Amino acid sequence: MAEKLNAAQMQRYWTRTSRLMWSIFVLWIFFSFVVPLFAVQLNTIIIAGFPLGFYMAAQGSLIAFVVLCVWNAVAQNKIDEEFGVHED
Amino acid sequence: MADSKAAGGFIGNLGKIYGGYAGGFIVFTLILAVLEQMGVPNKIIGYCFVILTIGVYAYIGILSRTMDLSEYYVAGRKVPALYNGMATGADWMSAASFISMAGGIYLGGFNALGYVLGWTGGYVLVGILLAPYLRKFGQFTVPDFLGTRYEGNGARLCGVIVLFCASFTYIVAQCFGIGIITSRFLGIPFEVAIFVGLLGILVCSMLGGMRAVTWTQVAQYIILIISYMVPVVWLSTKDYGIPIPQLTYGQALQEIAQFEAKLGVTKHFTDAFTNAQGQFTWTEFNNFWALVLCLMIGTASLPHILMRYFTTPSVREARTSVAWSIFFIFLLYFTAPAYAAFAKLEVYQNVIGQPIAQLPAWVQNWSQVGGLLTIKDANSDGILQLSEFVINQDIIVLSMPEIAGLPYVVSGLVAAGGLAAALSTADGLLLAIANALSHDVYYKMIDPKASTARRLLVARGLLVGVAIIAAAVAGTRPSGIIQMVAWAFSLAAAGLFAPLVLGIWWKRTTKIGAITGMMSGFAVCLFYLVMTRYAPETFKDMFGTNLWWGIRNISSALFGLPVAFVVTWVVSLMTPEPSKEMQDFVDSIRVPRGVVAGAA
Repeated sequence: MAEKLNAAQMQRYWTRTSRLMWSIFVLWIFFSFVVPLFAVQLNTIIIAGFPLGFYMAAQGSLIAFVVLCVWNAVAQNKIDEEFGVHED
Repeated sequence: MADSKAAGGFIGNLGKIYGGYAGGFIVFTLILAVLEQMGVPNKIIGYCFVILTIGVYAYIGILSRTMDLSEYYVAGRKVPALYNGMATGADWMSAASFISMAGGIYLGGFNALGYVLGWTGGYVLVGILLAPYLRKFGQFTVPDFLGTRYEGNGARLCGVIVLFCASFTYIVAQCFGIGIITSRFLGIPFEVAIFVGLLGILVCSMLGGMRAVTWTQVAQYIILIISYMVPVVWLSTKDYGIPIPQLTYGQALQEIAQFEAKLGVTKHFTDAFTNAQGQFTWTEFNNFWALVLCLMIGTASLPHILMRYFTTPSVREARTSVAWSIFFIFLLYFTAPAYAAFAKLEVYQNVIGQPIAQLPAWVQNWSQVGGLLTIKDANSDGILQLSEFVINQDIIVLSMPEIAGLPYVVSGLVAAGGLAAALSTADGLLLAIANALSHDVYYKMIDPKASTARRLLVARGLLVGVAIIAAAVAGTRPSGIIQMVAWAFSLAAAGLFAPLVLGIWWKRTTKIGAITGMMSGFAVCLFYLVMTRYAPETFKDMFGTNLWWGIRNISSALFGLPVAFVVTWVVSLMTPEPSKEMQDFVDSIRVPRGVVAGAA
């Protein structure tokens, strides 16, 4: 077991983690609420048969969610390794 | 797999085992397809799918039997991220997702996409706010976390109450779905079919607990995703020559729009936030975002999902596993609108405007399943008009292969998939309830000295008891599948989200704050649900109106959630700060490596 983080390191570690959390959280709000709620306006644009508002709620935002989850896993692992608190 | 050494070999060979299994299932389906062409009756094919798949799950369940506590409660904490992702996918995608969601989109058009969004986006919250920290905490159940973080059995008991109400509502919906499928494909009455399906649930989970449920859920995911894709890929290839329905249904949407113009449909399929007359309304707009919010928060609060992240070998794997989970779930969810669009197009093309006397046999077969499909020649012209064809959202996915005139083997396949979805979720829920009752209530609160054998015995007894009660309630047909499931999400969201998230992210949250917050949020949500659903009219009049701001009760958490957060916050600030030890404990679960203080 590696030595524990001291209070200052812990503070820095948590600030970084929180910042990542808030960044993803804001994007989550954007794709969950902002984009779908403009569906009426977006629906006037049609791509390959799909009205854009419908497409975003049915596929576009979902793809964004998958990307956000992958990003969270990768970025948080980097933070853990930087602070030496990753598991072996 | 019976001893730990063999289990190591099993974990090492997962790819081979499940690859072979998926191949075997495809070969089995092809053999049945050939048999159908040779003239084997439909009924036999339906039987083969239902009985053989349940048989496989039972076999895995029996192989995975265990008498070890850690194996029973958290599958020995050695489920790799990828497979935990698949198991979570099956655990997650229930009868509501598989059977009803595309049907909901078929009927509701854009407005029903709230379900698609709400049931995927919540995983972002699981990943960033909860899963890794709960894994680091590393006990057996979600109430375990509440009991430790909020020091005592008060918070633990509140957690169990919310968990029970949410999960029980949810499991009743699954039993209902299982009843529909077994009734239709085995040709037995609905009330009997529910109990036949119940046996299917119990053989998976009773002997092996979480370990058995995990490995059957992986098997169930494989079947459900194959069977969901086959009919849509088939139709996409037939109609547009490209086997990627998720891309081609744009053209189907255009054709639907043409049919809508021709048939005089005013509520267009792709129009957002429209009411039954096809006009934009703010009520629909508000209900849309409210539902999305409640479902997403509910995702991040449902114990049967959160406890899946207790089973990974490490915190890192828990995080990766969230990403795999949403990927596997995404595969079905981004297909569902395509499924709905192709079903709609088939109905417009092949059903509406046909002479009623010449409608194929599937109409007859489905009409017999509890009034879920009705055809009435209102204007007595012998031709089926759009308004004369009333189909329930719960059978659209199951009947679509027959509507589209695909071979019956595809129908059998879809039934097997729907059954896999309902059984896997029912198993996960049942385990969440039984574990909370046996571990949190019996072991932690009633008899802390109970032996391992006794604890496992109690867990299994409760499992069977809860399953029987759930099936009996489902037999009374309390409501549609998707509504019951949405209620479960609201109940969990209002009761559990605030104490879980604040417990990790705000050290100042106190025991009293969390308990009062949890209970008041849950009470408001439950009150709104019961009042709008079951209260007599005179009682409703006392509150002036049935619905608050027109918000439907499937989004009850919209009122419970803010109450839970505000009460937790205010009461926490009014009560003394948590002890230094508790704050250290919170620090320790925030970091992947290092000892967790306070967790025995």
